[in-house]
Amino acid sequence: MSVAAPVRTLKVACIGNPNTGKSTLFSALTGIHTRIGNFPGVTVEKKIGWFEQSRQRVQLIDLPGTYSLSPRTLDEMVSVDVLLGQQADVGAIDAVLCITDASNLERHLYVVSQVLDLGLPVVLVLNMWDVASERGVTIDVAALERRLGIPVIPCEAHRKQNLVAIKEAVIKCVDQPVKQQLPLFPEAFYQEAQQLRQEFGGEVRPRYLFERLLLDPGGFIEHQFEKESGASLATAVAAARERLKQAGIRVPSIEAKLRYAWARDTLAGVVTAPTTNVQTASDRIDRWLTHRFVGVGIFCVIMFAVFQAIYTGATPLMDLIESVQGWLGDHIAVWVSPGPLQSLLVDGVVAGVGGVVVFLPQIVLLFLFIALLEDCGYMARAAFLMDKLMTKVGLSGKSFVPLMSSFACAIPGIMATRVIENRRDRMTTILVAPLMSCSARLPVYVLMIGAFIPSVFLWGWLPLQGTVLFCMTFFGAVVAIPVAWLLKQTLFRGETPPFVMELPSYKWPSPGIVFHRVYDRAKSFLLRAGTLIFATNILIWALSYFPGDHTQELALREVVETAPTDEAVAALNAESERLLAESYLGRSGKLIEPLVRPLGWDWKIGVGVIASFPAREVIVATLGTIYSLGSDVDENSDGLKSAMQSATWPDGQPIYTVPVAISIMVFFALCAQCAATLMVIARESSHWGWAVFTFVYMTGLAYFGAWLTVQVGTALSG
Amino acid sequence: MPTLCELSVGQQARVLDLVGEDAIAVRLMEMGLIEGTDVSYLGAAPLGDPLEFAVRGYRLSLRRSEADRVQVELLPVAP
Repeated sequence: MSVAAPVRTLKVACIGNPNTGKSTLFSALTGIHTRIGNFPGVTVEKKIGWFEQSRQRVQLIDLPGTYSLSPRTLDEMVSVDVLLGQQADVGAIDAVLCITDASNLERHLYVVSQVLDLGLPVVLVLNMWDVASERGVTIDVAALERRLGIPVIPCEAHRKQNLVAIKEAVIKCVDQPVKQQLPLFPEAFYQEAQQLRQEFGGEVRPRYLFERLLLDPGGFIEHQFEKESGASLATAVAAARERLKQAGIRVPSIEAKLRYAWARDTLAGVVTAPTTNVQTASDRIDRWLTHRFVGVGIFCVIMFAVFQAIYTGATPLMDLIESVQGWLGDHIAVWVSPGPLQSLLVDGVVAGVGGVVVFLPQIVLLFLFIALLEDCGYMARAAFLMDKLMTKVGLSGKSFVPLMSSFACAIPGIMATRVIENRRDRMTTILVAPLMSCSARLPVYVLMIGAFIPSVFLWGWLPLQGTVLFCMTFFGAVVAIPVAWLLKQTLFRGETPPFVMELPSYKWPSPGIVFHRVYDRAKSFLLRAGTLIFATNILIWALSYFPGDHTQELALREVVETAPTDEAVAALNAESERLLAESYLGRSGKLIEPLVRPLGWDWKIGVGVIASFPAREVIVATLGTIYSLGSDVDENSDGLKSAMQSATWPDGQPIYTVPVAISIMVFFALCAQCAATLMVIARESSHWGWAVFTFVYMTGLAYFGAWLTVQVGTALSG
Repeated sequence: MPTLCELSVGQQARVLDLVGEDAIAVRLMEMGLIEGTDVSYLGAAPLGDPLEFAVRGYRLSLRRSEADRVQVELLPVAP
């Protein structure tokens, strides 16, 4: 009789080079049972999933794709920590699933050889078996298993082939004794590593870290250990390396030499590949896509299509969300009697949820394109084509697509920076992305240009209004160039990261992977940033609602609803204006008036700026309320335009001169008035400080830009 | 000694040595650019940088500054 024993969940780490179909296999193995988060303190995505096989539950931890286990940065150290069981939020690992590309096994065995050094049970998956067969590569799986002493399983992850065999092998390998690998390095190397360990680590630090310490000059472990153990360690390591060099063991080249030699020996007689270099279909496609003229042309067309899709294509969906929001608000207004609760529900909750969901169409569309381009292999080519251009500001080609996407909306753009492995490049890209002119700035520009820029033609043919709009659209990007350069010179100073990048073979994108990626991004935005964006919206609502007494307003609204005469509407709008002026929001507008006076602004514009903290376009509705026109004006409203044109200071001078109007546009071009962007920056950088930093530097820049505009503009027109 | 920077399109070369012992050199070696490896130059990006190579059966992109660290001997053009 057997009692169902409580079985322990096995923990298995997945590792492999980029572009091996690792994510596809991970999704195929775990299905919907995945959870995405961040490893604490770093920008590395933590993807965990589970499956059950033969009544054994297995937890899979997906590690970032890597060519090697030698950590250069804190982010890369995460993988090593997980494998060594030193990552506190993961715990000890029972086995490792190594995923390789069967069509190019030699290079992929490099990281496998490093994993084998850890002494953990390993299962080797030869993915993309079909591609290998197509290219005429044959692999004797049984012979490879015998040589390596670990289970080897061919697989086509995108066809969900051999998944059960992989699951069974993972569960079985945990109970098998781990075959002792032959020592790869000369004995002297291990002795030096052991000596360093005795001197500086004792038993607490794993032996593996000392081997890496010796092998990686300037690596992360060297930096970390030096910080903890001081200069004596640096001297000892340098001396050990020197002794090894005398013995003919040159660090660091020894590692690559030995591991590649091992890979070649392991595969000798096991793998046969056609000797002649056949030109694959991928090569033929590549000849055109990276072509000097044709390639650039195709690139422009693809980027234009992506941009149009998120800029224009998302509009109907966003309109739909807004109309659903309006519909819901109207219904709640019917069910809930007027008062603070109704206002909270309609202007706070529904508007707050709407303010989150409205970003979804752009996020989904952008990630649909990015997932397609990435999965088919084009993304690496886009970085290849744009690299030279981006190096001018100290970034790499990988920053291009995130920054371009930010022209539609910085939120998906910032989320797209995950393709940039280098932390300094990634942070710089994240911090300048909100300077790109997103679609939320458009209403502000349209309102100001329509009201204050004369509709004339420069030199008889160039429409002035369109020209100003064009200049405003690219203004932020122009400012971003020195900002990025400055960030790279100061906060993110460091040696230029290598642009050593694989250009993967083209393939058809897999619908499953594309779906998963889009779904993951949308979900993580809603859950992790959405709640905070929602909270900000509620906060701003409360500031604009309290502490006024709204009974008078309610009475007037009832009058308007029964008999909408012009006088009644005017009285209601005047009352709303009074309430807003006396609310906490209005008071803070007056409080900051001394701050905005140098910009030529009055407190009403100040209120508009504070109210539009959740989103820039809110300023239009706020100005509508404050000029007694009600909050349902839009940027084309003639009433709002003429109200602003006739607004004056107490002495009768107009408030909105052309320089003031331009200064408002400059302010909104450069400011960080977008709570959602700030939340996403906090999430993606794993630190609140960066959101605060972005807000401070952009607001400072916006203030200075607006001030300069007014000063120069007034001097020129005066 | 010629480096990977100096190849003409389609030319094959064999790696002799790598300049430097820093993280970039390690990265190049990890990608398989070690002594004795055959590399062929496929072309440059439209703006002249980076460069594309075929090595160990895959396509690798390197900036000129990185390719310049890889010293090679030119291989005779295949008949």
